[in-house]
Amino acid sequence: MSYLRIADGGMIDRSRPVAFTFDGQRLQGYAGDTLASALLANGVRLVGRSFKYHRPRGILTAGPEEPNALVELREGAAREPNTRATVAEIFDGLVARSQNRFPSLKYDLLSINSLLSPIFAAGFYYKTFMWPRSFWERVYEPLIRRAAGLGRASGLPDPDSYDKQTAFADVLIIGGGPAGLAAALAASAEGARVILAEQDFALGGRLLSDRRTIAGEPALTWVRDAEARLRAAPNVKLLTRTTITGIYDGGTYAGIERVGDHLATSQGPRQRLWRIVAPRAVLATGAIERPLVFGGNDLPGVMLAGAVRSYINRFAVKPGTRAIVFANNDDGASTIGDLAAAGIEVAALIDPRPEISTALRDLALAHKIPVFTNATIRQAKGGTVLKSVVLGGSASGNLACDLLAMSGGWNPVVHLASHHGGKPVWNERIAAFVPGAMPPGVKAAGAAAGFLQLAEALATGHAAAATDSSKLPNLTAGEDSDAITPLWKVPDSLGKSFVDFQNDVTSSDIALAAQEGFTAVEHLKRYTTLGMATDQGKTSNVTGLALMASLTNRTIPQTGTTVFRPPYTPVAIGTMAGPHRGQYYRPTRRTPAHAWAEARGAQFIDAGEWLRATHFPQPGETMQQSVDREVRTVRQAAGFCDVTTLGKIDVQGPDAGAFLDFIYANMISTIAPGRVRYAFMLRDDGFVFDDGTVARRSPTHFLLTTTTANAARVLRHMDTMHRLCKPDFDVCIEPVTDQWAQFALAGPQSRTVLAKLVGADTDVSNAALPFMATVAATIAGVPGRIFRISFSGEMAFEIAVPASHGAALADALLQAGAVPYGLEALNVLRLEKGHPVGAELNGQTTAADLGLGGMLSKKKDFVGRVMAQRPALLEPNRQTLVGIKPRTPGASLQAGSHLIPAGAEANAANDKGFITSAAYSATLGHWIGLALLEGGASATGKTFTAVNPLQNLSTEIEIVPRVFHDPEGSALHG
Amino acid sequence: MRLLCPFCGERGLEEFTYAGDAALVRPAPDAGQAEWVEYIYMRRNPAGVHGELWYHGVACRQFVKLERDTRTHAILSSSAV
Repeated sequence: MSYLRIADGGMIDRSRPVAFTFDGQRLQGYAGDTLASALLANGVRLVGRSFKYHRPRGILTAGPEEPNALVELREGAAREPNTRATVAEIFDGLVARSQNRFPSLKYDLLSINSLLSPIFAAGFYYKTFMWPRSFWERVYEPLIRRAAGLGRASGLPDPDSYDKQTAFADVLIIGGGPAGLAAALAASAEGARVILAEQDFALGGRLLSDRRTIAGEPALTWVRDAEARLRAAPNVKLLTRTTITGIYDGGTYAGIERVGDHLATSQGPRQRLWRIVAPRAVLATGAIERPLVFGGNDLPGVMLAGAVRSYINRFAVKPGTRAIVFANNDDGASTIGDLAAAGIEVAALIDPRPEISTALRDLALAHKIPVFTNATIRQAKGGTVLKSVVLGGSASGNLACDLLAMSGGWNPVVHLASHHGGKPVWNERIAAFVPGAMPPGVKAAGAAAGFLQLAEALATGHAAAATDSSKLPNLTAGEDSDAITPLWKVPDSLGKSFVDFQNDVTSSDIALAAQEGFTAVEHLKRYTTLGMATDQGKTSNVTGLALMASLTNRTIPQTGTTVFRPPYTPVAIGTMAGPHRGQYYRPTRRTPAHAWAEARGAQFIDAGEWLRATHFPQPGETMQQSVDREVRTVRQAAGFCDVTTLGKIDVQGPDAGAFLDFIYANMISTIAPGRVRYAFMLRDDGFVFDDGTVARRSPTHFLLTTTTANAARVLRHMDTMHRLCKPDFDVCIEPVTDQWAQFALAGPQSRTVLAKLVGADTDVSNAALPFMATVAATIAGVPGRIFRISFSGEMAFEIAVPASHGAALADALLQAGAVPYGLEALNVLRLEKGHPVGAELNGQTTAADLGLGGMLSKKKDFVGRVMAQRPALLEPNRQTLVGIKPRTPGASLQAGSHLIPAGAEANAANDKGFITSAAYSATLGHWIGLALLEGGASATGKTFTAVNPLQNLSTEIEIVPRVFHDPEGSALHG
Repeated sequence: MRLLCPFCGERGLEEFTYAGDAALVRPAPDAGQAEWVEYIYMRRNPAGVHGELWYHGVACRQFVKLERDTRTHAILSSSAV
């Protein structure tokens, strides 16, 4: 193993080596390593190229805030771009690649962008590439897209599976550092149901990385003890590798659990989206360290001080061999102790403050580390990695080093606290924003609340979760200091000084934005793209804001903050979809006779959630031949069609008749028991809503059908009208669609077929069961219902049996001599009779438009009655329903075509209507259709051109009466 | 968002459908078109407390009346209709 690995210590498992590749190079790490720590252990410091300037970039952080070390993980369809190497756990066989480099990471030709930087300055999108206009999409956009960018999407369907889960808790603890663990222990001790979500794979937070003590013991001992107690508690659920990404209304939290990302192969989901419902939550999300702004601060080898401590103490890696520490605060400066303890030479502590504490002085003295106060680093220098620094302030000259640990202080992770609109507030003591108004039920604790010292973290964590905070355990923590003097930018820095590393925003970009008047926070953000990368400015926002404040002579609170929105870290779209994709995108409803139809060669189509049989082709038949045969069978013999999908609603009660009179536009209460009536209903605004049949089974019992598409909407409408308008009506409404299988049996021989299915005690003769009558009967051996209604215009019966007998009934109908037909033939048959369906009941048609105006009852009140009489709905030039046929017998018609008067120009002014439905009529031997046409009532015999600009078709048509077949209806009654 | 159904208890938003402003009063059948137009089309859009109806369609099929603050989504009261 590499010389950079420290011989012992850390939280890696040296007995479990892990092999992986980076840009094709075979490397080795250990279980417990992140990709970042394993790369550093192998001496790999250059890991990516920056977004705009293609500058060499290394590893800046040791956590999810990483802006530089973004890599592509895995291969083929599973390739995931823009993954932060600092949170990716390595596993055997992991394939990782660097991004945004051409042709190779070390020799990136596009780093010439760095020399072109004047055109890539703030607002370059708005200033460059303006002319000529025709070049925007063809030349500039592809150029910019290739030159600037991050990883590549695989472009293939995601091969992984995702899961969703909901959990309930009394308290959700967000973060498993010292504050979070103290909170979880406190809530657990009180018996609360606790969920603790920690984004890392290990609990402990900063305690994993900093050499601290609690109650006189190493802090990790306390962490292990806390974890053991929480794991043993039946009321606690620990979710590691789980990032809470958003706080939503009503105590609802979203979390992303990386279930399988760290495994070479996984049977389970890759990630899981948690919806956690908890009335209380503790925000213990810690803090993120700020970089300092000076020239070349993005060079590989320049790292945040806290990250340096993580790599040394947690991962047992030396991130360099000769280090300099540059910090404006005690916590960052104390990194000299960690470096020295790891045997790394420390060339200097550079501190811009005039004085440093005695403790720091003593520490430096003990390790013989030179200290420069009132000093800065003006520039970090090197080719692709850090080689030296240029000193400034009270110091001067160059110092050689290959590691620079920098710290500009810590920003509490306030993101989640502002998801409900709460604005962070400025805290002078730690020179950072802390949470302001919190979402309901949420309390912040520890570093997230601005308490950067360990003892405070433990105490506030406990207090935030406990309902009785008097029982604070007596935990002493080793001394630490959060003293800081802000330094937002080294005043005389040399060269590009980065603020937002991921979007390549420098301090001079911010100065340019200020100079050009983009001084408001939201303008600054959009003009410079500060904070708009995938890291959402976790390491840059506050610094950028502070720089703008000083440029405009305002305080930071006066300058304001941008709004943080969910998700906190990038979320794979797959987790949002979860298992609901492809065929599982929504439920698929199959009728009870689906398998029966499938076995007989039926073809199916999606009709809303339902699968419906379109036709039943026989061997060698085309679809049209099959449909034509099915239509002729119904007209000449007997066919049957599965109409189970129609909505069925059972309405019972003493006021059922009166209630349905209110719901439907025509009269229902006068239907005699044992009879059926066609009925339609309006919406409150007066337009037609839905139609179907209403059967009265007894004085207090009605059974109605709705269209397939509107089944749920009609039920909701009836519930609404019952509960909100007619609550005194004694009526019970129940959907029974799923309870009944229903078939339409139609054709001149339908009665003969039906007679074979019913018992001798059921008389299906014309006298006993006339048109529009209904009867209960035993059908094919089971109790069912017969309705003599017709959609096809033939003598027809709809037969309903309990759903489980649907397939048996279909079989019995076939045995009795009827032939199955599908949705296509059903459509042709209804068109031949001019019956409107969904294409005509399109929500914009009135009863009069559809030729139903005469059925509007004048004897009762009903939904939509008043509004249906509005002048605009009664205008004579409204488009009304007409029949159409082509003037040339062989010509076809297309639904959607616009109707232009014959000879007139095809433009919008001459557009008089459109074709709503069209089909080839096997009965008539030519195409027929329905159309909505202005002045339709008096247009019979007139000719129009049906224009279809989409397919560049135009067909001469003639307006004809709507009922094409058997207009007298003689077939119905026979 | 979580809504409190008086019949079923607290449930997720996805179980409910918004059913309109609870303050609307259905006009009398003979109220005339002007009043009906007001009822059908005109809506208040208050920044603050709003009385509203929700339909618990996938469960009890009852209507719930809520007082909700449109600025914060805080639900102040919940009752059966």
